[in-house]
Amino acid sequence: MSAIPYAPAPESVRPRLRTSYDLFIDGAFVAPRDGSRHVTINPATHEPITEVSHAGVADVQAAVDAASGAFPAWSALPGAERGKHLFRLARILQERARELAVAETLDGGKPIRESRDIDLPLVAAHLFYHAGWADKLAYAFAGRNPRPLGVCGAVIPWNFPLLMAAWKVAPALACGNTVVLKPAETTPLTALLLAEIAQEADLPRGVLNVITGGPETGAALVRNPGLAKVAFTGSTAVGKAIATELAGTGRRLTLELGGKAANIVFADAPLDQAIEGIVNGIYFNQGHVCCAGSRLLVEESIADVVLAKLARRVRTLRVGDPLDKNTDVGAINSPAQLARIRALVASGVEEGATLHQSDCVLPDRGNWFAPTWFTDVAPAHRIAREEVFGPVLAVMTFRTPDEAVELANNTRYGLSAGVWTDKGAKALRIARRLRAGVVWANTFNQLDPTSPFGGMRESGFGREGGMAGLREYVEL
Amino acid sequence: MRLEVRKTYKLLIGGAAVRSESGRVVPVNGPTGTHLANVPLGSRKDARDAVRAARGALPGWSGRTAYNRGQVLYRIAEVLEARSLELAGVIAHSTGTSIADATVEVAQAVESAVHYAGWTDKLHAVLGGVNPVAAPFFSFSTPEPVGVVALLAADLPSLVGLVDPLCAALAGGNTVLALVSAAHPLAGLDLGEVLTTSDVPAGVVNLIAGDHAEVAPHVASHGDVDALIDASNDALATELERRCATNITRYRRPGAPCSLEAVERTLELKTAWHPVGS
Repeated sequence: MSAIPYAPAPESVRPRLRTSYDLFIDGAFVAPRDGSRHVTINPATHEPITEVSHAGVADVQAAVDAASGAFPAWSALPGAERGKHLFRLARILQERARELAVAETLDGGKPIRESRDIDLPLVAAHLFYHAGWADKLAYAFAGRNPRPLGVCGAVIPWNFPLLMAAWKVAPALACGNTVVLKPAETTPLTALLLAEIAQEADLPRGVLNVITGGPETGAALVRNPGLAKVAFTGSTAVGKAIATELAGTGRRLTLELGGKAANIVFADAPLDQAIEGIVNGIYFNQGHVCCAGSRLLVEESIADVVLAKLARRVRTLRVGDPLDKNTDVGAINSPAQLARIRALVASGVEEGATLHQSDCVLPDRGNWFAPTWFTDVAPAHRIAREEVFGPVLAVMTFRTPDEAVELANNTRYGLSAGVWTDKGAKALRIARRLRAGVVWANTFNQLDPTSPFGGMRESGFGREGGMAGLREYVEL
Repeated sequence: MRLEVRKTYKLLIGGAAVRSESGRVVPVNGPTGTHLANVPLGSRKDARDAVRAARGALPGWSGRTAYNRGQVLYRIAEVLEARSLELAGVIAHSTGTSIADATVEVAQAVESAVHYAGWTDKLHAVLGGVNPVAAPFFSFSTPEPVGVVALLAADLPSLVGLVDPLCAALAGGNTVLALVSAAHPLAGLDLGEVLTTSDVPAGVVNLIAGDHAEVAPHVASHGDVDALIDASNDALATELERRCATNITRYRRPGAPCSLEAVERTLELKTAWHPVGS
């Protein structure tokens, strides 16, 4: 079954964008000292959007100096006042939510439906949640003495640009730290808009600094001795490099890295809901999700029916213009990521798995990859072991709950997992045995600022959200 | 005059008192140079065996009720207290500290065991809870053991420096491979006799004496070690932390004695979600 034809429903709001962006340091946009200028492009069309700066080493130092300079006053501010600053930011983010959602979609390629309905509401929620904590830290750590750390360097990925910025900035500022934020090379826009909002909100200068750039900028930030803490979300390989770099420095570190989540479907699962969960689990945000349910483990007795339903459902996914409100699956974030996805999919074919793809029509220009799933996958196949970070699902079968747990835990990652069953005791028992920081039972990809998120094993350490997330931004 | 019967010191691996697979021993001398004992010099292979034993014991120990783990930890305190004269003597003889100070150290070790005995069934209330998510789901977070914890004990204090982080890790449901004090291994190895008579299941605690510089880097990069609590000498610290980074093994300095932080260092938080209907 092919996609039902719909009339286009393009989003009409356009964000207010400058033709060129400087770096945001010490409360002002300043031209790069030793950096350079680059064009940021729309991955769905390959058209240029605007020009941004890449911070050099001197720029990174200036940003860290600004954050250090702002730290004494910001950390001495009564918690209630810091909280009000965050509440004000949250309100402006809500007011300008649509504009920011469009910018996110233009810059990153994700469907407007997701940036509008998931990313931006969660961004505002994170600010609101942490605003409220600012004057209540003594309750969060009863019997202990929470103190801010100092300057936090936040290096964030391109899959949820503004949301990841919020996950780092909100708890850091609430706890009295100051921040240097380095957005991903391919998605700098919303972090720059956040900087404008910080200006609009009269956030004291230097409390939040935004330096755009590539991997060299991130590396320069991470190794800057002025930082008290590094918070990184990204690949496991880069996470390991950062952990190695910081070894022996005593600087605090939290890492939210890759994943290869198992989504386990038992024969007694509510199947239609499970199919929605499988599809959401892997094709949400083009599969550019560290907690994506990229391994489907389905009980052998229902494999045929699940695969038939899955094939039918995937073919109804609308792939195309991310700014169209009907779109389910948008553009792949960058040509480099598209190349990685293609290489891993090719390895799946070479290693003997059976390839299935949606027969959707892909646009001529831009970075696109059709929703894909593999059957006849062996646990040793690269597509079953490596994070694809794209719309590619590896399907395997199991016969017993023990085998399902064994397969699910047979990975170096441990970020998330899913369990689908109608039996409460079974869901809880399996959830307990899965080595993953987040387990979704009869749902998938749920996020909330009150709910700690983060990985075990090579998916990193530290949690974001809830009291456990605050813990990473205080000294006790 | 009666000839005293001397003890052959052994490692504790998988619940058994064993010699080093390497066959190596080193003499341990008191502060004045008197020979006290020969101690097995644990090898990298001993450490691997200990990791295996700890991994094997993890499901059973972490699967026990928090109440039961508290009971076992309290039993450790009881047996430590009962053997405090003996242990104080060993500490005094091997490190040169006074009997009075050594007695205080054993008492501190007992206090640590009691402290962590009481933590086992409070961690969930203090560190976890129900998350009031803005959607129709029941979301809750619970602390879990990180898994197999490698513990590098400080040279001094040779007993409480081991007992405190060890009991903290056990309280959280972890299983442990500990490299006891390299300079003063006797009290740490004697602790094995306390543990095996305290209802601690085989493999839950494994004790190895050895040269930390030889064995610890190997432990730090071992793929089946989940966390390294490093109370050992600073000279090794950076190298160990770098090796841990290759597997994202959690590298931590120990928490303060008798503290929640000491337990937290060996925990993960798991968040689970389930729909509640709208």
